[in-house]
Amino acid sequence: MKELSLNILDITENSVKAGASLTEIFIDESDEKLVLTIIDNGCGMTDEVLKTVTDPFYTTRTTRKVGMGLPLLKMEAEQTGGRLSITSKHVSADADNHGTTVCAEFNKNHIDFTPLGDVVSTITTLIQGHPDTDFFYRHSFDVKEVSLDTRELRAVLDDVPLNTFEVIKWIEDNLKEQYLEA
Amino acid sequence: MKSLAELQAIKEKMKNKVVLREGTGDYRVVVGMATCGIAAGARPVLNTLVEEVNNSGLADKITVSQTGCIGICQYEPVVEVFEAGKEKVTYVKMDADKAKRVVEEHLKGGKVVAEYTISAQKV
Repeated sequence: MKELSLNILDITENSVKAGASLTEIFIDESDEKLVLTIIDNGCGMTDEVLKTVTDPFYTTRTTRKVGMGLPLLKMEAEQTGGRLSITSKHVSADADNHGTTVCAEFNKNHIDFTPLGDVVSTITTLIQGHPDTDFFYRHSFDVKEVSLDTRELRAVLDDVPLNTFEVIKWIEDNLKEQYLEA
Repeated sequence: MKSLAELQAIKEKMKNKVVLREGTGDYRVVVGMATCGIAAGARPVLNTLVEEVNNSGLADKITVSQTGCIGICQYEPVVEVFEAGKEKVTYVKMDADKAKRVVEEHLKGGKVVAEYTISAQKV
């Protein structure tokens, strides 16, 4: 992927497909590191599936619902000397508390670090495509932060869909302004 | 700053339109947004389609949505156009500029942009 924000879009699509009603996307940056954490309350994965999700050769042949997304993210993290970790609890193991957490750590100063890119576009694309699920986004760097919570917007909008063009534009402008001020 | 008050104003404005918008679509435009599509550049294609459809005032007639892997990864980004009673049109190897032309000529003008379709590709 050319931008890390495209990996975020790709991985978060998995969360939505897993039936998550809420997906949280955290980016925590310092001078040296970027840590990306995606937490969903979807159906989760069994231990068997979890063991195989970062292996493109094994997974693509057996579980078509997985594929190249996580292997790519793992490669991009590891090529900076970072790492990828995934924890998951399948709905069959715990009906009330299930979901998946993907955490990728990058060393930002490594020459092979994939730039974050247009993360605002990733957030608006996710909301455009999945207006009925909630997203919480927070990007922190040092003491500053940019955040967006679709639950707050939904409370204002009532039954006006989140993917109404004017709403998507508002979200885009809101995030862009937050980045300018941060 | 884009405030929640502004969002509230959007809501008031849109409230009456919502009912009208559902199920009246003449065209359904679908963009493949799996790993293959995203890596090939589907995000700007989708965003351009959404933007251009709205700028052309066609939002009531056209829905733009996302789907997973369509199965022809080597041709991504792929855009499919569905119209009631007609055969599906599959546009391949799309980019933002091509998407603009598809909105202008196909969705607005009713004429398929043949050179971007999968059947125009050399095998």
